[in-house]
Amino acid sequence: MNFTLFVTTIVTGLAFVGVVWVLAKLLAPRSYNAQKEEAFECGIPTRGTAYMQFRVGYYLFAILFLMFDVETMFLFPWAVVMRSLGPAGLLSVVFFLFILILGLAYAWRKGALKWQ
Amino acid sequence: MGEGLGGAIDSMFNLQTWTSAIHAWLLGLVPEWAAILLECVVVALLIITLYAVFAIALIYMERKVCAFFQCRLGPNRVGKWGLLQVFSDVFKMLQKEIINMRKSDMFLHDLAPFLVVTASMLTFACLPWNKGGHIIDFNVGLFFMIAVSSIGVVGILLAGLGSNSKYPMIGSMRAGAQLISYEISIGITMLTIVALSGTMQISEIVQQQADNGWNIIRGHVPAVIAFLIYLIAGNAECNRGPFDLPEGESELTAGYHTEYSGMHFGYFYLAEYLNLFIAAGIASTIFLGGWAPLHIAGLDGFNGVMDAIPGAVWFIGKTFFVIFLLMWERWTFPRLRIDHILSLEWKYLMPLSLINLLLMALVVVFGLGINV
Repeated sequence: MNFTLFVTTIVTGLAFVGVVWVLAKLLAPRSYNAQKEEAFECGIPTRGTAYMQFRVGYYLFAILFLMFDVETMFLFPWAVVMRSLGPAGLLSVVFFLFILILGLAYAWRKGALKWQ
Repeated sequence: MGEGLGGAIDSMFNLQTWTSAIHAWLLGLVPEWAAILLECVVVALLIITLYAVFAIALIYMERKVCAFFQCRLGPNRVGKWGLLQVFSDVFKMLQKEIINMRKSDMFLHDLAPFLVVTASMLTFACLPWNKGGHIIDFNVGLFFMIAVSSIGVVGILLAGLGSNSKYPMIGSMRAGAQLISYEISIGITMLTIVALSGTMQISEIVQQQADNGWNIIRGHVPAVIAFLIYLIAGNAECNRGPFDLPEGESELTAGYHTEYSGMHFGYFYLAEYLNLFIAAGIASTIFLGGWAPLHIAGLDGFNGVMDAIPGAVWFIGKTFFVIFLLMWERWTFPRLRIDHILSLEWKYLMPLSLINLLLMALVVVFGLGINV
């Protein structure tokens, strides 16, 4: 039943957006104007494309995120059985976390967290 | 008498009793596949209704709360106390033309609202409304919740990318960096609660809190720290408050939804407010006991009265309390700069939440002050 409802929810979301969209298309007026189809740039004519280079900082944070997100994923199963694993399990996870925090400290030291 | 009445109230408030009764009744009328199909349709209508009702309630509440924080009156012309303002806004939005840009990537531009709304709806369906009153309840509940809520980030990135305009591009880049950064803090605070409960299933987590007291009391120091971290990171996850850089009006016009008009923009607006509700709902589920009523050990009469209030009322009440906290945060602090936002997360919140997780692990493994 869970998976049925999961699919139901996805379909609901898609259908909701679709139906309201059609409704809006039916209700809303339509007019053509060359100026209207320009990208907004404070009223001046658009220059060039928006697909250009952007700051590498975003990329670095995305890489760091990948590292720590996977780490969180590994920690979830441990958190569930933490009680039965006891102190031994805690000790192993402390080592795991230590290595990760070392990685963060390295990135920090190297200036990956600095926005320049 | 007390036992019997308590048991009767318990089974009356357990939605599972009602849903299985309805299921059995439907099975008597139609074949099984038709019964399930009918139930799915009912669930879908229920989701849409709740989604719309809470969005409207939250938009009104936000305006009023914001107004009172700024010594204004807020909307008060349309309807009594401005109650109809939001409805008139929705109809206005429906009447506005949906504009497609000439140079935009039409497919991505149109796909983005689907992703954003569907992601928030999936997370919405995971919330435990009442005892037995959840729509999706996997045994990896919290994990599933984090997973589906991050689909929204993809939607926001696509909105910026598909618009082929400079402001949305910058806005979506900021939003992406901010959302994925704060997701780590959210994940680790949830992990703290999973460590305390020993399960990821949301209904199970709430049931434990109904039996043993709310997590924020049961988990004492680490749970309180986790709750505070969650309040900060929750606001950042909703693109709100001091963290509303992705749409910072004065610099990026409207951020990633600059190029969306009419109802197209309305979807983002809707999803933003629903995400606020979801963030508060998760907080009230994992920290404040979800539908579990307030119990004080030793006061049986008081506990009995609290038990007589339905679980859904408790859940929605707690959620709106957390929403008020989040709004308070939003309207109190000035906007941060992007590098401040990222360093707040990576240099303070994340190390703090990792240490807090270890603290919780120590507390749970050695049973310090936890009565389970």
